[in-house]
This record gives sequence, C-alpha cells and structure tokens, in this order.
Amino acid sequence: MSYHLNHLKELESESIFIMREVAAQFERPVLMFSGGKDSILMVHLARKAFYPANIPFPLLHVDTGHNFPETIEYRDKLVEETGARLIVGSVQEAIDSGAIVEEKGYNASRNYLQTHVLLEELEKGKFDAALGGARRDEEKARAKERFFSHRDEFGQWDPKNQRPELWNLFNGKKNYGEHFRVFPISNWTELDVWMYLAMEEVELPSLYFAHERPVFAREGTLLADCEYIHKRPEEAAAVETRMVRCRTIGDMTCTGVWESEAKTIEDIIKEVSIARKTERGGRTDDKRSETAMEDRKKQGYF
Amino acid sequence: MENYDNMELLRFTTAGSVDDGKSTLIGRLLYDSKSIFEDQYDAVRESSERRGEEGVNLALLTDGLKAEREQGITIDVAYRYFSTPKRKFIIADTPGHIQYTRNMVTGASTANVALILIDARRGVLEQTRRHAFIASLLQIPHLVVCINKMDLVDYSEETYEKIKQDFEEFSYKLNVNDVHFIPISALKGDNVVTKSENTPWYDGSTLLYYLENVHIGSDHNFIDCRFPVQYVVRPNSDDYHDYRGYAGRIAGGIFKKGDDVMLLPSGFTSKIKKIDTFDGEVDEAYPPMSVTLLLEDDLDLSRGDMIVRENNQPEVEQDLEIMVCWFSDRPLQPRGKYAVLHTTKEVRCIVKEIRYKLDINTLHRNEEDKTIGMNDIARVVIRTTKPLYYDAYRKNRITGSVIFVDEGTNETVGAGMII
Repeated sequence: MSYHLNHLKELESESIFIMREVAAQFERPVLMFSGGKDSILMVHLARKAFYPANIPFPLLHVDTGHNFPETIEYRDKLVEETGARLIVGSVQEAIDSGAIVEEKGYNASRNYLQTHVLLEELEKGKFDAALGGARRDEEKARAKERFFSHRDEFGQWDPKNQRPELWNLFNGKKNYGEHFRVFPISNWTELDVWMYLAMEEVELPSLYFAHERPVFAREGTLLADCEYIHKRPEEAAAVETRMVRCRTIGDMTCTGVWESEAKTIEDIIKEVSIARKTERGGRTDDKRSETAMEDRKKQGYF
Repeated sequence: MENYDNMELLRFTTAGSVDDGKSTLIGRLLYDSKSIFEDQYDAVRESSERRGEEGVNLALLTDGLKAEREQGITIDVAYRYFSTPKRKFIIADTPGHIQYTRNMVTGASTANVALILIDARRGVLEQTRRHAFIASLLQIPHLVVCINKMDLVDYSEETYEKIKQDFEEFSYKLNVNDVHFIPISALKGDNVVTKSENTPWYDGSTLLYYLENVHIGSDHNFIDCRFPVQYVVRPNSDDYHDYRGYAGRIAGGIFKKGDDVMLLPSGFTSKIKKIDTFDGEVDEAYPPMSVTLLLEDDLDLSRGDMIVRENNQPEVEQDLEIMVCWFSDRPLQPRGKYAVLHTTKEVRCIVKEIRYKLDINTLHRNEEDKTIGMNDIARVVIRTTKPLYYDAYRKNRITGSVIFVDEGTNETVGAGMII
C-alpha cells in the first residue's frame, strides 16, 4: 500500500479543507453560483465537505437576465437535487428600479452591473464570506488572489496589502461590515477541473458540449446570436450556424463560443490539453483593457 | 492523458532576482511544457513592444498587478501552474529583494522543493545565502541549486565546481537534508528540459527530470497520528439522526478503522468506529486527506481539539520557544498580546521574551538589538492562554506552525515555527 494521493484527490482535499474552514470561521457564508463548470465543481466539493449533512450555506446567483436558457435550467435542477437554498439577485430589477444604468452601444454588457447587485445581495443577506470558484490560472490578477481574500466595507480588494497565507492557517478575522471572498479552487487549472469532473462523472450543462448554434464573429471572437446583443448590420448579415461549444459560461453578451466537435467530456479533455488559447480568451469583458479584471476586482467584482 | 489518476502534485518555490534569470527559467519551463497559451504569449509580446522593450519580457506573465507592471518588480507571490504527464507543478514565484522576506517565507511554507538560482558569473551571493537559509528555516524537504548562465562562462566545469563548493561550505551549517546541483542556461535551454551537449562533464539529470522524479512520498509525517478537529458534522435529518462526525484533514500518521485513540484536551480514550467520506467509508486515512472520523463513544470534542494515539502524544505546553518571521511594519511588541492560530485552534498569547534577532546573511545571533521589524527573524518565548498540542516544526510542519494576528487590525503580523 503506498500512501499517496494523486493530484486531483490532493486538490479535492485542499478545497474541502478550505470550505470547512469557512463554515467554521464565518457566521453567514454564501456560495456564489454562476452555472459555469467552476461553480458546479464548487457545489460538488461543498456536498463532499459536509456529507452527510446538507451544504450549510445558500447559493447566490446574480442573474443578468442575459443568461443562456440552458444555464437556468441546469441551476434549478441542481438546487432541487442538492436541497440547497437559492438566492437570486436580479440585474434587471436593479435596472428597472433605477439603481443602475444599462450600458449602451454595440458592446453593451451587463457584466459590470453584476458587481452592484452582488454587493447589494451580500449586504442584504448580511453575508460575511462569499465563496467563489475563481482560479489563479484563469487570469493574471486572479493569480495574485489569496484563498481568504479580505474585502473592506465597500467590498473593495486591496491587492497591494494582502494578508500573507502560510501552511494551512487561514486568518478570517475582520471588523463588522467587512467580508471575505474565499476561493477554494485557487490551485486548480482548467484541465484539472475537466479531469476531475470526468473522474467524478458530474453531470454538466449541455452548453459545454459541441452543438449547432447560430453565431457571428466580433473582433476575432465568436458570439452566440441572441436578442441581447446589439449587432452591427454587417454582423447580422454574417450570422451562420456552426458547431460550437462554450469553454466558460457567463452572460450571453460577453461569452465567446468556440468551434468544436467535442461531444463528450473525454473529447473536451483532449481538446483542452492541446488548446493553445486560454479559456477566458473568448471573454470580451476581460479585453476592455490590460488590467480589466484587476480594475473590476478592486471594485468588488467576483 | 489516460494516466492522470497517477499524477502527483509537486509544489516548489523559486527565489532569485530578475538578474538571475528567474523569469527566463520559469518562462522556459512553461513554454517547453506547452503551458503558455498563444493568446497569453501574444498579450505579453504586445505589452513588451508597447513598453519599448527588446524581445518578449516573460516577467509580464507572472507580474499580474498594475503596480508590478508599472514598476517592473514583483510585489507579491505569484502562482503559476504547469504539468507534464508525470506531475502537476505549482510554482510559488517569490520576489528576491531583501524587503520581501515575508513573501519568500509564505511561498516556502507549503513547498516540497526550493529552487535556488545562482548566476554563474557572480557565484554565491548574500541573496543566495538568504534563500538557502529561509528554505532550511521553513524545512523545505528538497533543495535544488541551479547554476545558471553557464553559457556565459563557457560551460566551465571549474566554475561550476567552485560555486558548488562555496555553497556547500555554508550550507552544511544549515539544516538542509537533500541538496542537488544542476548547471543550466535558462536562456539557451541547457539542462532545463533536455540534456545539454555543452556540459559533457555533468552526468546528472536535467532540471525537469529532477522535478518530475524527486521522491516526495515521504514529505508528510506518516508516523505520529495527529487529527485536529476542524468542524463537527451533525446532520439534522431523519436518516442520520445520531450522526456525529469529526471533520478535518489528517496532519500526521495513518489512522485506521478500529484504532484506539485519545482525545485532547480531555484525555478520554475511544475507538475509531468509521472513517467516512462522501464516496463511502475508507479503512485508513493519511496526510493530506480530508475525512470525517466517527468514534465509538459519545464524548465532548469540538473544533480545536485533537485526536491522537495514547502511546504517541504531541507536546502539550503553554510556554513555547518559537522562531518567528515578522511581517508587520509595526515592530513585534515585547510583552505584546496577539491572537495565535495553530492547527484549527485559536488562542491568545503574550510575548514573554525576545531571545535574539537573527541576521539572515551571517546567521549571527544579535542579543543586543531586539527590535523586531518587518522581515526580521527572531527567536522568542511566548505564553498562551491555553495549552497547544504541538510537535516541533522539524517533525511536522502542520502541527509545528503558528501565525500571529494583531487583535486591533486583524492583520497577520507574523509566522512562527515551534522549536
């Protein structure tokens, strides 16, 4: 008998440890759930961490109103299966009430508006820890994140003044009104996530698998044709049906799709392991400037 | 890809300044293992051009923050990932400047391997000594010294041997067990991924081969059974009415179903009824597994308590000797009170005595100047409000480490290794 864990089981163990630390150190944690594979992984790990008890915190979905319909379908089914409590924060309602103003123009996206709704919901629910499925390999600003990341009373991140994290000792101390963002899958890569989901046979939204869909190209990225995107006339004329899949799932206005023939999770692993472009390469929200992610994160974006 | 269930995880730190070619080396490891994506590479190339730099500045890959890119320095630990069919690697890339000891210590705390870079033209420097010392202080199990820029010294065996000898001359005073030397050129690729024809006198392995094969199976303590209780699982459901599980991560030893165990602090004994996981019961659990233990008897046990074996108990003390690395710009206060986090336990402490401050370049123990400021390392004595169940840090990095938290600001102000 050799006493060693393979890398996926070691990552799993680390993530479970972090989730239990959150449940032990905070009074009102919440798990941010987007419907993407990383948050699906998070829910799966949370079930493992607290088994046989239910997940001891609710899921929070910030609904931009511009979701792929498949995302919502999957979300509702998952909630039913796990018995988790779901809270939905609505960007549409915030726009209707005049709290935030919708962007205009061809590149309008509700991505930025999510921050406002997220912070409102955290405040409303008096949540003191928000668990997120961000990974350090995703994006250069996220590479600097801690597992336990402190946020001030405005929900802001101060990347130059972060608490050092050593061994497996996590300092979740804070003043009243402040909160933490916690990232249990920090050390996972995109490939790790897929390998693990395959190993665990976790069911996934159909969007991740190759399917036919009307798409059009914008600045080198393929976008799914939908009513939420304001298309230029030449873009509207160029819409065509192609075989595509999502590598990340976000709001329809900023999630690029990729041409792919991958129909099973094994196909996806093969595709990801030889991919020459990063998964967020299709995210137009990251491309607004060189530090788009860092800037949004400082303001409280997930 | 079929063998991914056999892949191991190896964490290593790199220390060195830009001049040592650290970024180039990391860039090469990532590039040669195909872990840099085209769009990442293109973005870095564009940024380099926009900044008017010659060539592609691979440091921009790891320096993710605006302030870092502006100043051309690494402020914070950056984590990078790459994998080969054998292993997945996590690099904690830490800045090499003197003021960043705290980052080096942070990166070193979980590493299996420390990678130290020496510029072959410059030989062993103060900075090299500092890195080696921190690696030994944090008890990183394996040390690999890359003597870089061999191309600039005509791949001279003599130079290599001289540097190796200089390094060994001071490293024997340190507590490092496993040191390995490799002559490389990160820029040209000699002995990084492929064996170099320029160093026929070197019959050792390449850096990547070393990283893929160094034995890390014994890096955990499999002897002394330690299970800090992290969280008590009590489902309020009909199916699991009487279920009371102690969730946590094994910090040492191998726990088996049926084992006699002792609980701290109560001293009561019991037996392991079941080792539970979501995927079903297991017969044994070892580090670093996260599991849930169920006991035969219904006893009082909660977060911060520890499950051990009666014939192999940890130290139980309130007065502790600690090597501390200070992180805060507000100096360590003699007689100061701090919160202390140790395993899953939290206590308060008072600093009873500062024995000496250590000069990490000369290893001189300064007993005169006891002002412990940011990045200083010192030996101190503390007294805690409640006893800690600990092992010496050299026996177990999990049960032998603490962090200090300022009770006013909630900042993590220091890291300590129990002697």
